[in-house]
Amino acid sequence: MKILNASGCLDALTAPEIARSLDAFVTKTVTPLAREGNEPPRIAEVEHGMLNSIGLANPGIDCFLSINLPRLAELDVPIWVSVGGFEVADYAELCDRLDDLPEVAAIELNVSCPNVDNVPASVGEIVAAARGATRKPLFTKLSPATADVAEVAQAAHRAGTDGLSLVNTILGLALDERTLQPRLSRAAGGFSGPALKPIALAAVHACYAATRLPIVGMGGISSGRDALEFIAAGASSVALGTILFSDPRAPDRVRSELTKELTKFGVDDPDNAIGLSHAEPAPHLAKAERAATVSS
Amino acid sequence: MSPLLLGLRTAVGAAPPAGPSPAPAANRLVFPDPSRPMSAFSREHTSVVASEVVGPYTLLRVKRGRLESGIPGQFFMLEAPGRPLPRPMSLCLAPPGELAFLIDPIGPGTRALCALEPGEGVSILGPLGNGYRLDVERPLLVGGGIGVAPLPYLSEALNGPPAVLGFRTATHAEAAELLPGAQVVVDPILVTDAMPAGHDVLACGPEPMLQAVGRLEPAAQLAWEAPMACGYGACYGCAVEIDGEIRRLCVEGPVLEAEAVAA
Repeated sequence: MKILNASGCLDALTAPEIARSLDAFVTKTVTPLAREGNEPPRIAEVEHGMLNSIGLANPGIDCFLSINLPRLAELDVPIWVSVGGFEVADYAELCDRLDDLPEVAAIELNVSCPNVDNVPASVGEIVAAARGATRKPLFTKLSPATADVAEVAQAAHRAGTDGLSLVNTILGLALDERTLQPRLSRAAGGFSGPALKPIALAAVHACYAATRLPIVGMGGISSGRDALEFIAAGASSVALGTILFSDPRAPDRVRSELTKELTKFGVDDPDNAIGLSHAEPAPHLAKAERAATVSS
Repeated sequence: MSPLLLGLRTAVGAAPPAGPSPAPAANRLVFPDPSRPMSAFSREHTSVVASEVVGPYTLLRVKRGRLESGIPGQFFMLEAPGRPLPRPMSLCLAPPGELAFLIDPIGPGTRALCALEPGEGVSILGPLGNGYRLDVERPLLVGGGIGVAPLPYLSEALNGPPAVLGFRTATHAEAAELLPGAQVVVDPILVTDAMPAGHDVLACGPEPMLQAVGRLEPAAQLAWEAPMACGYGACYGCAVEIDGEIRRLCVEGPVLEAEAVAA
């Protein structure tokens, strides 16, 4: 069981000591070319969460490899590189560039950013192309905003992903109280924070049942109890996002709270709690349960 | 809050060259700026000593604990009760054993902070950002509205230089009591009408005021604000254009040199 940051929620070079408190650092998504990101305002706090429309601001893969990655490697914490693109070939190219680099522990495929246009259509195609380009562990990050996230997870599984990152943010809108205009320049943005937790838990639960793949669970985790619930739903690791903005020391706190929570349930190792919420963890039974839920 | 896109021509801090990416916008990007890791900051759960009314604002005094007071113009992230994100506040005063913040109750977070009672707990992260350069020969402090907030602490550090404060109304102008001796003007008179020439200006206030001050004094140090989620460089929410490059105000600022703001 590892504690990571959610991609885009920490800059390890600006706050190295916080990155070192994680079991692995996940970079902000890197794209083939540099991106400025969206116009400000890019963030808006709402009840029980926040919206962001950063828009995959990043220096591009060339600058990332020549400037950022060597400095990240000095931090002595495993580096997961999040990659994103606008067509299938982008993902293959990015994975190919990272494949031989010993300082890259894993690659996260961001196929679900809500803040950019031109999202590629097929998760299966992207994963297959990435798989063909790298032997690195591949984690595919999915959106919960889909009719059946488990079906998408299965497609990623068939295409060769090693694990899943669940979930990305979900589109939300906030209006200014005086003008009734959108508070973000891009109008809608990715909604994160405590209100995302039940949505994320449902995705983890369904995808674990459907694939049994390793899952990095994320979405509103702010305490050890939250982390335990994600693990019980099927996550083998957890990532912290919005909570890092208000409490940069959350990794250490969540880790120690999780130990106490596990003790309450008589579990000594978090790995032994993975999937505890599944009474019948066999994939075909879980699918039948989903069907029953829909029909009732 | 209004978008903050600055047309500054002069870079703040060292700018490493952008990568060889062929993207059209690549010459505007410096990601990240590894030469500027954040200085040491810490987070402390402390408690409210007093909450004092100052005109329409509230001066929130908290126990300092182990927090450093930092350089004038630096800011702290204050946990807002019941809200998911903390709020950035520049330090107003640093009496012994305390930190004091001047807060304008303009939204749910700042209203919650202003409603805190003595003895209640509050988590604070800081000090953050760069702060004002204090190596100035003829300092003049210029503040507008809630922009008076960082000036009392700054005034202490500079041994009480002259100051000009502008406010919308006489009620707002009650905040001038935090900076005794300051010249006070009230709308429709503007601080730029009252600013004497030939000084090293250190200013904080609303965006139009900062732009106007920058046009008069290109070397002025201006403290800006932008929506922030984290305050320590993690979220990229406070990105602004500095010297034609997209940078984070919380890391590169909030104090920026005004050179050619009017460009």
